[in-house]
Order: sequence, then structure tokens, then C-alpha cells
Amino acid sequence: MIQTEMETFRREPIEKPLAPRESRRREFWRLFKKNGLAFVGLLIFVLFFLTALVGLMLTSGSKPVFDPAIVRLDEKLRPPLSSPREEALTPEAIPRLGVYLFGTDDLGRDIFARMMQGAWVSLTVGFVAVGISVLIGIILGGISGYYGQNAATADQVISAVMGIAGAILLIAKVVTLGALLLMAGVFFLVLSKWLKRKVRAGAWTGWRRILSIRTISIDALIMRFVDIMLCFPSFFLILTVVALLPPSIYNIMIVIGLTSWMGTTRFVRAEFLTLRDQDFVTAARALGIGNWRIIFRHMVPNAIAPVLVSATIGIASAILTESALSFLGLGVPPPHATWGNILSDGKNYIFDAPWLTFVPGIAILIVVLSFNLFGEGLRDVLNPRLRERS
Amino acid sequence: MLSFMARSAVQKIITLFFVSVISFLVVYLAPGKPSQVDPLNPKFTPEMVERFRKQFHLDEPLYIQYVYFYRDFFSGTSVSWKDSEPVLNKIWDRFKNSLLLFVVGTVLTWTLSFPIGIRSALFRGGVYDRSMTLLSYFLISIPGFFFAYILIILVVEGFHVPVIGMQTFGLGNVPWYRQGMDRIWHLLLPSLLGATGGIAILSRYVRSQMLEVESQDYIKTARAKGLPEEKVHYKHALRNALLPFVTMFGLVLPGLIGGSVIIEYIFSWPGMGRMAYEAILARDYPIILAENFIAAVLVLIGTFISDVLYMIVDPRIRL
Repeated sequence: MIQTEMETFRREPIEKPLAPRESRRREFWRLFKKNGLAFVGLLIFVLFFLTALVGLMLTSGSKPVFDPAIVRLDEKLRPPLSSPREEALTPEAIPRLGVYLFGTDDLGRDIFARMMQGAWVSLTVGFVAVGISVLIGIILGGISGYYGQNAATADQVISAVMGIAGAILLIAKVVTLGALLLMAGVFFLVLSKWLKRKVRAGAWTGWRRILSIRTISIDALIMRFVDIMLCFPSFFLILTVVALLPPSIYNIMIVIGLTSWMGTTRFVRAEFLTLRDQDFVTAARALGIGNWRIIFRHMVPNAIAPVLVSATIGIASAILTESALSFLGLGVPPPHATWGNILSDGKNYIFDAPWLTFVPGIAILIVVLSFNLFGEGLRDVLNPRLRERS
Repeated sequence: MLSFMARSAVQKIITLFFVSVISFLVVYLAPGKPSQVDPLNPKFTPEMVERFRKQFHLDEPLYIQYVYFYRDFFSGTSVSWKDSEPVLNKIWDRFKNSLLLFVVGTVLTWTLSFPIGIRSALFRGGVYDRSMTLLSYFLISIPGFFFAYILIILVVEGFHVPVIGMQTFGLGNVPWYRQGMDRIWHLLLPSLLGATGGIAILSRYVRSQMLEVESQDYIKTARAKGLPEEKVHYKHALRNALLPFVTMFGLVLPGLIGGSVIIEYIFSWPGMGRMAYEAILARDYPIILAENFIAAVLVLIGTFISDVLYMIVDPRIRL
């Protein structure tokens, strides 16, 4: 016993005392558990995740355990916890639990089964939409912060303008001109690259020097684009796009994702601007590591804390947006249930059948609340400055 | 100052141009054609479709349509595709209603969230602070439409007053005070709903701002020289904590359009949000684009105002 201890001590004499007493993950976990509300948020979130998973399995397939689509016209608007009148129902229409746990709606469909089915929609919308927006945010913010000062040269700008104009014209079905412009843009880019390699940049003379004039930087370009996107009232934009596109859950996820990446981009850019000048990045660059590897392997992990926080809160607001769209009748096409359209279907019966409003409403409230609390908790734990103050 | 204003004005006009291009492309490139909005209607003959397409330049290439649309929009001659009313007139009618809602909502937000936030900060960690924290999380997380129905149930069952619409339909010849009360009841719920999110967020922000300022050295100095607590809080701390809120005056402007779709839909309030929703469903492109354009203008004016205000109140800022 003593022998082995001595041995390890001899083998690594310096590392042992210098290592932190607590790993980062364990420190995080300890601090997180102290934050009561955030911990409750995490618990509810795990519960919701499991519910959605179980709900998906039990309500899909050809013979689901809880069938959300069975219409029982004799059992309309039964209140929660009421037991079914079994003599009026066919055997498969009798609810599995023996009672209508959350009541039935105006077509006699079991709200419990419909809620189980809708949970998966809320979950996937939240995660996929935020996944898209975080991905865009990290890429654009990273490029903007990392390559910030490098101004694009005039030839790059010209070819980019030609390419983009060509692509737009192609989408607008002006095929010949668009294709020509697109090809010209790509060709011009290749040409100028080739020219640059052949002739040293300083050696350019006469009119060709115009091509290497420094114009707008990529950073400024991306940030102006963020400004432009922020000018759109987001819910209105989402509503427009979703209403004009064919109804589908994937469209909603993509549209919510594509309209909510601006905040992440700004966070990531700000983090990258400070990280870029730090020693470990300089060291990585001195070792000859490629730009993309530096960005994704060394800088993103260090910039991820605020992104995680805003992503968690983003999930909450994506779920809210989806339910609002479903409520307006623009979400997932019926008969598929979502929490928003259960509430929307029930709004005509708010005085006679308030459970149709309250069950999905409270479910949305709890899930969104848990994400918000979890996100705020993350913010407190991940930010040492805040931790000391409060 | 002047050069900053000129520079930012130019920048904002460029931004606005791109916004107009993008919104135009989004609306016009979406699948489906406005001329075929109702293919099942037997009265909708091919000749009518043809006339419709001609009248609104739908046969032209896209960039010419863009020029036509914004030329008409700025000269005030563009008309709604559904009822041929001038777009600007329609929007102005609805704008007045939305403005009423917005003003009441904003006043509620700002008058309620400051006392709540300041009290939370002064009694940090107490029962009041904690319950307000929890309450504000609730208010942020609750879906607006669900909260609307809770309030409707409460008010209708508790006070027996109708709340849908701008006023009770067929109220007839009643004295002015009855009419006034009726209007107030109809105004109260939607504007309160519009304010809830704002109250929750703003009061949290007031709280954190107050806490930030209260830990500064000059507050300690003020206390050390024996000033009474009220004077320390309200004269030294609050005044400095107010600084960032000046800029928020500008940033509330865009809420005029964006935040009101659901509320106006539920309460049948004839405002801009509801008109936008109806226009989207009916593919009435001029109205959609006009509202979008106005919303973008409001955002830009809002940021401009907040930048200028910030420069005025905080001499340390030089843009």
C-alpha cells in the first residue's frame, strides 16, 4: 500500500499537486445543484424528454397503444378523470388507462393521447430550430470574429456580387442571364486567384492594381447582414413564410431556425474577438494549425458558454413560437396533434370545457418555464463573474 | 453629432433597401400564385386571372415588379389586391387602433416595472424579491394566447363584462360614461397582455441595474457621509441606474407591429397585426410588404433614437 503510493509519487512528482482539486465538470455540477430553480428546470426537462420519447413510441405506428385519432362521438367533451361509458364504445375505442385522464375534446378524442403525440412535436421543433440557428450563428460569428480585419479585395467582391446576382436570377427563373452571371463570377474568382499566384501582389501595375484594392471587410458585411435581419419583426416574418409555404413541421423548424441566429452570431463574434488575441491561439497558429481547426477545435469550446445559455432560452422561445403558429392554425397539418392546436381547437369551448385550454396551456407553460430556468441557471454557473456577485 | 446622424442615416437607408429587396423576394418567390388564390371558385374565370395579372403587373419580370411596387408604394397609389382600397389608407385606419393599444401597454409596462424592480433590488433575497423572480419567469414562459384565455375567463365570469372587440356590439344609446367604461374594459385586457412580457423582462433588468449601481463606490461614499437611506437609493443610485433605460425608449417602437398579431387575433382588435395576419392568409402582397416595410422603418427609427438619446444623456459615449 505504502509502497505503491510512494511509487506513484516518485513517478509523477510535479503533476499531482498542480492538478486542480476538482474537475471542471464536477465543479459545474456542484454549483449547478446549489441553484435550486435551475435544478428543478433540468429535472422537468429530462421528464419532458422522456415523455416525448415514450409518447412518440406509444402513439405512432399502425396499432398505437394510445390512439390520438379515435373519434368517439358519444363521448364528446368529457371532463378529466371521467370514466368512459363502455357499452357505447367499440373495444378498441376504450382508453387504455380506463379513464380519460385529461378528458376528451369536441370529437371525443382522448386529450391524454393527443398530448403525448404533441410532446414530440414541441421537443423536435425546439431542438432542430435552435440547432439550425446555433450552427449558422457559430459559423457566421466565427468567420466574422476570426477573419474580422481581413478586408476582401475588389476582385473577390466583384466575383461574389456576380455570383450572388446570378444565383438570385436563377431562383427568379431568369435562367440564361443567371447562369451566365454565376459562371462568370466563378470564372473571375478562379482567374484572379491564378493571376495572384502568378504575379506577386505588390508587382501589379496599372489598371490591374484596382483589383487588389481593399474594400469592405467580411466582418462588416456579416454584421450589416445581421442588422438587416434584425429589421424584420421576427414573428411576423415567420408567420409570412410559414403561411406561404406548404404546411409541414419541417418548414416551421427551418424557418424558426433561419430567423433566430442573429443573437448567437453576435455573441460568438464578440467572444472570438477577445479569444483571437490570446496566447493559446497564437501558439496554435505558430504550430501551423489550420484556420478551421483553430476555430472549431480551440476557439469554439472556449466561446460556447454564452451560446449554450442563449440556445437553452432559444429552445423555450422556439416552442412558444411553434405553439403560437399552431394556435393560429398554421402549424402541423391536422389530424396530427400539437399542444398549440389542441388549445386552438378548444378555444370555442373555454367556458364549457376549460380543460381543453388548461391542459395544453399548462403543459407549454411548464416546459417553457423549465427551459428558461435551466438556461438562467447555466448562465449563473458558467459565468464566474456573476457567481461571485450574487 | 451631426456627422454621426448623417452617417447613420445613410447606413439605415442602405439597410432599408436590402430589407425591401429581401422581403419582396420572400413574398414573391414563395410557392403559389396570388392570382390563383381560389381555384375552386366557379366565378373565377381564366379571363379574370388574366386581367388580375395584367392589372398588378404580375406578368413582368421580378425586378420590374419590384420597381413598380415600390414606386406605387412611395407615391401612395398602391392598392390592396383584395378590395382595391389604397394600402396607406387601410394601414392608417388600423394603425390608429394599434397605437392606442401600444401606448396603453407601454405606459403599463414602464409604470409597473420600475417600482417592482427597484423594490426587488432594495430587498434582495427577501420573500418579495424571490416571489417576483418566480413570477417574472412565469410571465415570460406563459404562452400569450393561454394567458389571454385565463384572463378572459376570469374577467367574463367575475365581472360579467364583454371584452372581445373594441367595444360592445349594439350597445346603442347609452350615456357617455357607460360608453367610456365599455371602451376601457375592452382596452384593458389586450394592453395588459401586451405588457406582461415587457413587465417581466424590464423589471428584472431594473433590478440588476440597481444592484450593479448599489455596489459602486460612490454609493458607499454617500452612505459614509451620513445621507439618509432614501436619498442614497433614490437620488444617487436610481438616477445612475436609469441611464440604460433611456435608450430603451427607442427600442420599444417595433413592438407596435410585431408583438400584437396573436393578441389582436384573439380579441378581434382591428389593428395592424390582425390586418397583417389576414393579408398573409389572403396573399394580399401589397399589404404584407407595406407592413413589413413600416416595421423595418420603425426598428431603424427606434435604434436611431436610442443611439441619439444615449449620446445626449451619457457624455462618455462618442459614436
